[in-house]
Formats: sequence, structure tokens, C-alpha cells
Amino acid sequence: MWRFLIPLTIALFWPLAPAFAAELSVKVGVLKVEHEVELPLSRLDIPPNDLGFAGARLGINDNNTTGRFLGHTYEVITASAQPDEAEAALDGMIADGVQAVVLMAHADEVLALADHVAERDVLLFNAQAEDDYLRTDECRANVLHIASSRAMKADGLAQFLVWKKWRKWFLIKGSHPVDEAWASALRRAAKRFGAKIVEERVFEDTGGSRRTDTGHVQVQKQIPVFTQRAKKHDVVIAADEAEVFGGHLPYHTWDARPVAGSAGLRPVGWHPGNEAWGATQYQRRFEKIAKRTVRTLDFQVWLALRVIGEGVTRTNSTDPQKIKAYALGDEFELGIFKGTKVTFRRWNNQIRSPVLLAHDRMIVSVSPQREFLHKVSQLDTLGYDEPESNCKLNQ
Amino acid sequence: MRSRLTALMAATALSVFALPAVANTIYVSNEKGNTITIIDSETLEVTGTIDAGARPRGITLSPDGSELYVCASDDDTVNVFDTKTLKRTHTLPSGPDPELFILHPSGNPLYIANEDDNIVTVVDVKTRRVLAEIPVGVEPEGMGISPDGKVVVNTSETTNMAHFINTETYEIEQNVLVDQRPRYAHFTADGSRLYVSSEIGGTVAVIDPKAGEITKKIEFAVPGILPEALQPVGIKVTKDGKKVFVALGPANRVALINGETLEVEKYLLVGQRVWQLAFSPDQKFLYTTNGNSNDISVIDVEKEKVIKSIQVGEQPWGVVVSPN
Repeated sequence: MWRFLIPLTIALFWPLAPAFAAELSVKVGVLKVEHEVELPLSRLDIPPNDLGFAGARLGINDNNTTGRFLGHTYEVITASAQPDEAEAALDGMIADGVQAVVLMAHADEVLALADHVAERDVLLFNAQAEDDYLRTDECRANVLHIASSRAMKADGLAQFLVWKKWRKWFLIKGSHPVDEAWASALRRAAKRFGAKIVEERVFEDTGGSRRTDTGHVQVQKQIPVFTQRAKKHDVVIAADEAEVFGGHLPYHTWDARPVAGSAGLRPVGWHPGNEAWGATQYQRRFEKIAKRTVRTLDFQVWLALRVIGEGVTRTNSTDPQKIKAYALGDEFELGIFKGTKVTFRRWNNQIRSPVLLAHDRMIVSVSPQREFLHKVSQLDTLGYDEPESNCKLNQ
Repeated sequence: MRSRLTALMAATALSVFALPAVANTIYVSNEKGNTITIIDSETLEVTGTIDAGARPRGITLSPDGSELYVCASDDDTVNVFDTKTLKRTHTLPSGPDPELFILHPSGNPLYIANEDDNIVTVVDVKTRRVLAEIPVGVEPEGMGISPDGKVVVNTSETTNMAHFINTETYEIEQNVLVDQRPRYAHFTADGSRLYVSSEIGGTVAVIDPKAGEITKKIEFAVPGILPEALQPVGIKVTKDGKKVFVALGPANRVALINGETLEVEKYLLVGQRVWQLAFSPDQKFLYTTNGNSNDISVIDVEKEKVIKSIQVGEQPWGVVVSPN
């Protein structure tokens, strides 16, 4: 049973906008497809109930603050749905008059939903799914990708590790399909930027509970044994999206080596430690309304709403096709607190975005690294570039 | 090689060209060092350093030069110093996280951008009371005021607008959409033109303040510099309106724009991450704060050359020069 959460209409306290501006009202849906998730390894990582939705609230606030000077008002309707009810939820939003819907869903669900509404006048935003095949083979004209893909994140990490001259990687991969997807992005990145995977091991998920009272006692014995006698390496790379072992690697590896990938130094879309380029103000605005720090999914839902807001502001229209054409056009640019403006890749509707490299508390670096050049945009050194993609949208 | 050349040029400049007879004082806020560096404009030597509060950024002087105002961003206050004693005399209420402000040409009030709350706070510097809080766009930052003091312009970095505020009614009278992340707004001395820099957009909008329309967008290009690094921030214009200087942030250059043709004429290499600018009162010199090289550069305005760099505190942000 899907249900609408609290409608987040923002009341306007300010005087009406100047009479010359056209009054426009924009309605955006935010749809989350619910999945059972395993508990994370660390209790600090337990997802908040409003994950993603809080980003939508800030996005709507920001859009309305701007909109009131133009006579534009924004409203968001949010829904959580089980996978088999997602299409009905999306239909409900369209019946309610939304011009765009931001999806928090798995890749296959994004595709199914996109195909389900292919003939409808609504624009979809993929805020969550990182699968590269959505950007290289199964592109959809009605979906704009806000989440960075696995390849973009892996390339961002690889550029930094190669810059550090940590070229010999010991890759430890989990036994779930998502782990293999992440590992394959990391293998590709190693090859692309001149690193070498000297050894690869699989950490089998044998089930059982994630946390026990004295779990650390066994971990301290198991991880060193698991990682011993690896070929000479500079860094241990964890491919553990399913979160089975990655968090246990730092300080437990047999050899004294740093850990990167799914633990240690992680490539992320957002990090609450980011203070540069006005990020502090962004974080404070978010923390004021959500009473917690920003997570990557919050950032990506917020960004989708800002793309919509920017499209409406600059085109003075709520037509989804006009907003899409503007976002993909030469005029579009958006500041997203990562130091450079972002634009879209026209061939696959993916937003170009820097990747933050961070450990638990601090930003370590931001990729692309300056030394990796590109003839179009340095951001295109991250992820599959146009010649490597089978998608030929907007030609 | 370059630094030696610069030093040589500076030495030549000092010995051959007469510097202004009256020494002015240059005040530089050091964002990371939490200090103000004080420099004598004649000798170009650092004469002192004072504590400025946590994370000092915006910095300005009263018209008579007797009071120095500094935004202490992390203290959520504006610190006021007596320029004679260099002691802090009092603070002004600023609202949270003040970054940039501008003083009315008469010396009162002070208009402060509060980034967190999407407001501009108006403070009476005499009574030290908040006169008004004006709601503006998301992340207000740049502040400019018309020479007649009738219009204060605020730029909002996420809304991407220049908001024109009537200083009598505190109402926003018009809004102009500009490129991404507008940082700074600056009127020409005759008030006929407003320049607004957009850091992420990489442009400077030339605005007709009466019509509220952009008449031209100035773009920048430097061979060998990535376009993304050309991030315009601080702007200063000579009194005659003929020379427009724009700090280009991580491009480590100040662009010199012809105020008549609005074409970029040259790029002056300064220190790293050049942020804000200030003229000497006679406008013979322009000083630039270079955040990542911990120095300021001195530009000879007439010769259009960088003549010296002076080491200051950690991460210099803002600069202001005393009128006397």
C-alpha cells in the first residue's frame, strides 16, 4: 500500500511578485521505491526515515525563495511505494498534475517506470541508481540522471590514487551482484588510469547478523588472516556495496596499507564534511530543516529539484519538454557547491559532476584531478565518455 | 625567474616613481589566520597585525577612516576597531555568518549579507541596532550601493539574482537574473552602471540599473587556463569608469576591462586565488588579496602592471585602504 507523505507545500509569506512576471505553478513528485535493506555495519550509517525526502524539502524551499521574485511557486508531492505498486504511484502523481518526478529506485525499476510513462508529458530524474548500463546501453529520453554512475566514482578515485602513485591495488570484492558491478567499474578505472590490480579476492557473505556484542573480537582475528600473503600492493580496494566486510578492513589488514573504495577513502556524491564553495551554507540550510546532516541521496534529490527550478526560472515555462531542452542545452549551468558548474552530457542525459573523495570526517580531495585533461570538459574524464557509450540521445 | 623580475620591477618602481606623499593604511583580513594585517602604503611594509575574531572576511572603513568594520563570520558578529588605537571598541549585531557588507556613503547604516538566513540585515552603526531584515534570494553574498545611497544591491548565490533594494523603504524594487553564483556587485562612480560577477558562471554582467537589464555579459579566456578556473569575484572601477578590474579567483589573474568598449584588454598575473580588490584613495594603486599564496599584489593602475607582492597572514580575503 503506497501512501502520500505529508504534502510539502510551502506557504508564501512574502508580498506578491511584480505584476509583469507570469504566474507559474510547478508540481514535482518525489517517488521512492521501498526495498528491504540490511542493517549497515556501523550504527552511524543507519539510514534516516526521511532519506532523500529531506533533500526534496530543501530543494522546494530554495526554488520557492527564488520563485517568489518571479511569481513562480513550487509544490512537491512525495510517495513511498513497494516495487509492484511503483507504476500506480507514478500514475497517481501524473494524475495529480506533476510536470516532473524524481525517482529513488533501482536501475531496473527506473527503466520500467520510464517505459511505463514514455508517452506521457512528464520528465523523470534518476536520483539514486548508479548502474552504468543506464548511461551506456539502456538510455531513455525521458530520464535525466542526477546520481553519478559507478564508473564516474571509480574513475574519480583512480585518478587520485594514480596521482598519489599508489598504482598497485589489492582488490577485495564481496559476493553480491552489486559488488561485482562496483568491482568491474574499479577494474575499468585501474586500466584507464594506469593502475594495476595485483590481486583480487572474494569475501563471501556467509549470512548471519551484522552486529553482535563482541563482534570485534573475531573481526580482529579474521580480517588479518583473510588479507595475508597478498601480492605486494600500495592500497587495498574494497568493492563492498552490500556492506558485508568493507568497514572492517581499515586497521585490520595484514599489511599496513590504506583502504579505499567502499571503506577508508570513499568516492561519494556528497559528504557532510564539505565546507568549500558555499557548501557550509547549503549544509546549514539543510540541517535547519532536517535536524541531521546531508547524505548523498538527499543531495541528489535536492539537485534534481534545482535542475527543475533552474529550467523553470530561465525558460519561464513549466513545460517538461522545455525544461529538458534547456537542461540539455548550451545555456544550462548550475553551481552545486563542488567548485565548478555542472552541465549535462547530451548523449546520455547524465549530469556531469565532480566526485568528492572523503574519509569518515574529512574531504581528502575532489576529482577530476587537474592533471587529467579532456578536450570537452575535465568532468568527462569521469565515467563512460561519448565514444564509449552506445547511447546517442539528442543527436 | 618571475618573482625575481617582479621584485626587480618593484624595486625600480619604489626608487624611480614617486609614491603618494600621504601614506595611507592598507587593512587586509586574513580568513584563516583570524587577523588583520596592517600595511603602510608608502613603504609597502607590514606595520602590524591585530586579532580580528573568528574567520574575518568582509572589511570596510567609515568614510572618515576612524572606524574599521570586520565581519567575523564564525563569531556571527561585526567587530569594530578604532583605527588610531587598533583596539576593538565594540561589536555590531550582524545576524549569523556575516560575509560581505557595504556601508552607506554617508557612513551609516551598514548593509550585511546573511548567507544562512536568506536576508540582508541593516544595522545602524551609531545606535548599534538592527533597523531591518530584508528577505532576499538563497545565499545572499555580494553587496553594492549606488553612489547616491538610494539603492543597495544584493546578489544571491543560489537564486542567481541581483536584488535592487530601496534604502528608504527596504523593499526590493527589481530583480535581475544573472549567471551562476553571483559574488560581487559594484556601481560605477556616476551610478549609471552596475557590474555583477558570477563566479561559477564565469561572467561579469553589465547592468543598466535604471532599466534593470543586462546590457552585456563579459566573458574571460586565458590560454593555458581551464575555463572552469576563470571565476570572477571582486570588482573595482576607476572613478572615471574607464578601467574595470576583476579578480579571477583560482585563475590567479586580474582582468583589466576597458570601461568604454567593455572588452578585456589584459590579464595581470597576481598571487593565487585572487579574491577581493581595493584602490588607494588616489586610485594610483590597486591591491589584491591572494588567498592561496598568503600575499597581496600591488598593481600600478596607470602602467597596468603588477609592481610588488607583500606577504600577509593566512588566507587573505578582503582589503580596504584608509582615506587618510
